[in-house]
Amino acid sequence: MTDVAGAVDRGLRGLGVSPGRAAGPVVRMAAPPVLPPPGTAHSERTVGEGLAAVADELEARAARAGGAAGEILEAQAMMAADPMLREAAEDLVKEGLDPAHALDAAFATHREALVAAGGYFAERAADLDDLRNRAVAAVLGLPMPGVPDPGHPFVLVAEDLSPADTAGLSGDVLALVTEKGGPTSHTAILARGRGLPAVVACEGALGLAEGALVAVDGGSGEVVAGLEPGEVARIQAEAAAERTRLSGSRGPGRTADGHPVKLLLNIGSAADLEVEDLGAGAEGVGLFRTELLYLGRRSTPGFDEQVAAYAAVFRACPDVVVRTLDAGTDKPLPFLDLPDEPNPALGIRGLRVDRLRPEVLDTQLAALAEAARATGTEPSVMAPMVATAAEAAAFAERARAAGIARVGVMIEVPAAALLAAEILAEVDFLSIGTNDLGQYTFAADRQHPGLADLLDPAQPALLRLVELCASAGRTAGKPVGVCGEAAGDPRLAPILAGLGVTSLSMSAVALPAVREALAGHTLEACQELAREALSGRRYQRSAVVTCGPGRGGP
Amino acid sequence: MAERTVAVGSRSGLHARPAKLFVQEAQRLGVAVKISVGAGKQVPAASMLGVLSLGARQGTEVTLWAADGPEGEAALDALAALLGRDLDASDD
Repeated sequence: MTDVAGAVDRGLRGLGVSPGRAAGPVVRMAAPPVLPPPGTAHSERTVGEGLAAVADELEARAARAGGAAGEILEAQAMMAADPMLREAAEDLVKEGLDPAHALDAAFATHREALVAAGGYFAERAADLDDLRNRAVAAVLGLPMPGVPDPGHPFVLVAEDLSPADTAGLSGDVLALVTEKGGPTSHTAILARGRGLPAVVACEGALGLAEGALVAVDGGSGEVVAGLEPGEVARIQAEAAAERTRLSGSRGPGRTADGHPVKLLLNIGSAADLEVEDLGAGAEGVGLFRTELLYLGRRSTPGFDEQVAAYAAVFRACPDVVVRTLDAGTDKPLPFLDLPDEPNPALGIRGLRVDRLRPEVLDTQLAALAEAARATGTEPSVMAPMVATAAEAAAFAERARAAGIARVGVMIEVPAAALLAAEILAEVDFLSIGTNDLGQYTFAADRQHPGLADLLDPAQPALLRLVELCASAGRTAGKPVGVCGEAAGDPRLAPILAGLGVTSLSMSAVALPAVREALAGHTLEACQELAREALSGRRYQRSAVVTCGPGRGGP
Repeated sequence: MAERTVAVGSRSGLHARPAKLFVQEAQRLGVAVKISVGAGKQVPAASMLGVLSLGARQGTEVTLWAADGPEGEAALDALAALLGRDLDASDD
């Protein structure tokens, strides 16, 4: 596509959720195959050939991946090559079934056996579903579903990505483009964590041809197809130069005229704290998520175990904001044994778990205080999902009684943002979780694929709540940070600084671009950007966020 | 029929890495060996899906079965020794 008239057709626009540019050939993630009605299926392969093709592909991927990921792929290849499975499917073919239906039935039998075995054996049922889809696609001659791994760099185009998909993502992925998903979808979070450019909610993305050369701008949300190989090489070279520039970025967060905005890290354990991250200028930890310690547990982790885990983080970094356990019916932990709810996002979660299981928070606060004492540090501790000043006061009292010096709360509920001044009278600091605050302000499910525009953190209503908190902080002389995904977005960092936010907490990979974005604006310029953003004028681009043809040209 | 009964030594049970190492060894030995939990269904030791479907946890007693003879006995010894070890702990 070289003519100028065609340029209009070659652009798509979605929501840019992970900044950066990349270019390369499209590889599409195929949808699971649909079984044709029995007897009408045209088979390209026998049962044995189909299973062998699946096993061969997984073995090749295992060899490339190596390590723990390689072992998992190898185990999956062994399931595909399983003699019992093949014999069962071949017997069904002898009875007159076509290969696709025979495989479907044989997989179903084994799936049932795994589910019946229970526990972590039952969790392998999802692997079996993936293998079933691959084997059925293989015998029907359809493209292999699941995350592709063609063995060369590529732009991954998919309807949406699940956590299972993203776990198996190859290192050759240059950028992600999905037809669905929003700013807080798994795709977006994974992309930012890996520093991959990503565009979500991009209508028409699945219409991009396999192998087509495309450019992706994860900031503006533009996806341009029909590139020449020379253009691809130029964009890749520019992206590499930009990465080099950012990798040289050092020092504390400052606007161009020296107004400080602390740059902090979001971590899940001491393992996330690379010495080089702190060396590269992270000024501390703004969000230590403690859930990791509780995952997959049948009982509460003991006091000593908690002390050891917290002390490991405090030793690595003396300036840490710890969030107490953020679990609940939306993120279930078996040992909490919480009742099912029809509407978990609006139910018992975060600090509200304390209404049913107060001993969990008591143990955690005691362990945090002991870890602080043992390491000679003064961590800050905050509670998630606080809604009222009374909840904030009660939490602060318990935390201080346990021996915690600095106590704060997260602002994720609009009610708490509206009463930021009253809440700050009870605690030492606020940390705004923009993902949940957006979800609750707009009554829009964070994972809803069709509501991406409402979940954009640049929405003026959300920013006005941030401003309320920041100005309450200024009046009280207490810090107000942001630790949601918005904090790691270089387009939003100057706006948040202009609103009066005192720190931004993000994944390590997002930090250099945020630092450079702040350094590129004076405080006055940040405040002007903030005023524009609050008015909604700046936000007009989101009116067209649901895509359609965009401008041509990379 | 020769048999051996042994308690599963791996922390994660006959799952993930331990299951993979056990099935690979059974395939490598090339002798028909079956495995069951107690008097339950016997599945081929060379079948990954069969072995996983046993749902054997750490400490579960499993029984290995092979035809009488020196080859079968040797295979049972090798596989029983493997099952008794904690395969989650090896080389990592």
